[in-house]
Amino acid sequence: MATRIDVSGLTAYYGNFKAVANVQFSIEPKNVTAFIGPSGCGKSTVLRTLNRMHEVLPGARVEGQVRMDGQDLYGAGVDPVNVRRNVGMVFQRPNPFPTMSIYENVIAGLKLNGTRKKALLDERVEQSLRGANLWEEVKDRLGRPGSGLSGGQQQRLCIARAIAVEPQVLLMDEPCSALDPISTLAIEDLIAQLKASYTIVIVTHNMQQASRVSDTTAFFTLDKTGDPGRLVEMDRTEKIFSNPTQKRTEDYITGRFG
Amino acid sequence: MSTTTIAPATSPGGMDLTGQKLSLTTLAAIGAGAVVATVLLYVVAPIDSKIQFVLIAGALYLIGQSVASGMVEGARKAVDRFVTTLVYLAFLLALIPLVAVLASVIAKGAQRVSYDFLTTSMRNIGARDAGGGIYHALVGTLEQIALASLFAVPFSMLVAIYLVEYGRGRISRTISFFVDVLTGLPSVIAGLFILSFYLLALNQNPSGFAGALALTILMIPIVVRSTEEMLKLVPNELREASYALGVARWRTILKIVVPTALPGIVTGVMLAVARVAGETAPLLLTIFGNDAINFNPFSGPQSALPLYIYSQAGAPQQVAVDRAWAAALTLIVLVMLLSAIARVAARFARVR
Repeated sequence: MATRIDVSGLTAYYGNFKAVANVQFSIEPKNVTAFIGPSGCGKSTVLRTLNRMHEVLPGARVEGQVRMDGQDLYGAGVDPVNVRRNVGMVFQRPNPFPTMSIYENVIAGLKLNGTRKKALLDERVEQSLRGANLWEEVKDRLGRPGSGLSGGQQQRLCIARAIAVEPQVLLMDEPCSALDPISTLAIEDLIAQLKASYTIVIVTHNMQQASRVSDTTAFFTLDKTGDPGRLVEMDRTEKIFSNPTQKRTEDYITGRFG
Repeated sequence: MSTTTIAPATSPGGMDLTGQKLSLTTLAAIGAGAVVATVLLYVVAPIDSKIQFVLIAGALYLIGQSVASGMVEGARKAVDRFVTTLVYLAFLLALIPLVAVLASVIAKGAQRVSYDFLTTSMRNIGARDAGGGIYHALVGTLEQIALASLFAVPFSMLVAIYLVEYGRGRISRTISFFVDVLTGLPSVIAGLFILSFYLLALNQNPSGFAGALALTILMIPIVVRSTEEMLKLVPNELREASYALGVARWRTILKIVVPTALPGIVTGVMLAVARVAGETAPLLLTIFGNDAINFNPFSGPQSALPLYIYSQAGAPQQVAVDRAWAAALTLIVLVMLLSAIARVAARFARVR
């Protein structure tokens, strides 16, 4: 059920500001792809175009094509709500719903989309929490508020919430940047497991993390502040980190720039 | 003035990290000095206001403490102490009218409040009779507030949701502007509007419903403003998290945004209720007043607590004035009870 993603001629705007220009790449199914690059290069923007979250901000728009298994997300008649049901997302800061318990947080996506069967919900809660490596820690307190968990647990709760709706693709926008090294390790292990069933795209500022978790790495950069970000190079992760084709990639990963 | 000081300890590195500090005894001495000075002032020039005594003593303490602090602790601490004390004094000053009002209402109203007072009306009670009660006014007030809330709260919440979640550009700015204008609307104007529009132009009779309409006009801007502020406080990340789960926008607002803001919204609604519960002028023009019990807010004149207080307090007999004080106490307790119930209800709606 994992999906292939083909992006072509993608340009994203915030109002009149062109954030990324003419991005083109393909992502294989059941693959972890890391987006790296300096701040402001548009890697998060590109990630958000993959589930049509970019346009949630006022004035933001997208040109170009994003195909998931051949179907253009920006084609006529495509409902962004349906896109997001198939493309899950985990954010930089853990954001469990504060008014809901752990149980309710996990099934929020299902319940808000109309699933009412108790047996199915119970089953999906356990399955998703196990999938996010959180079940053992919270199984005795599913009725407690999600905001009472630690930061790392909250982030895994958010991952459980995202996979509970059984998406085809999972997008992660710097999922570990607010977490300590141990929680980060837990999330990275989880990514390695989730790879078996999902196509995963992860934005990270941490190059070690990119090299640890991803199969493919894409390097984005921008010439100077105010210019649009561009995709410089995308290749197998080992190649990007050992022998990149572009000089700019090499400068970035060796720490000579950005 | 005696100042106790702590000698600066010189640390091995040569950095002086300690500072001189005014001791509690010194501060107490300054306070005592301020009180004594004020007493002396009262002996020299007799003034008979107790509030002025507090003010003068407070001001003297403020000056004395700042000067002492400036000499011992230095300018930064002196300014800090000055502003801190000023804030506390301002707080006490603001508390005076509140406590005074509550104390006098309780003192003058408490002995007249009884089960009988709460459960009888003013029907067949003559001007000099000591009996009578507020049951008819209590019923009227509760019905009018309930109706006004029923009209104003859903409507205002929809307006606030539009302004925060959907409104862009000119329409939203225009609505926002008119809500601000409505906030400053004198309450008697709301009553006059219902009088001229509903009662006279549409040829209706005075009723609790007409009063509720006038109160609705007064509630709307308060509820819109407070709900708007509370919705703005909901972090955008929660909306995005919900969108990312494939939840439609209206459902996100209904199930995520509003529940998150609910305790604040309830507080805002209760402020609005408290405000309109004490309105007299619009009711004077719309419900007309009634000495008998009228349970039906849609037909016939009704009474209301503020109106009852107004008419009783204006009467020359002491028995009527006593009834007014007791009714005022009842009104305050009623508003407090409603607020408490609403808060408890809002708390129960959350997960623990």
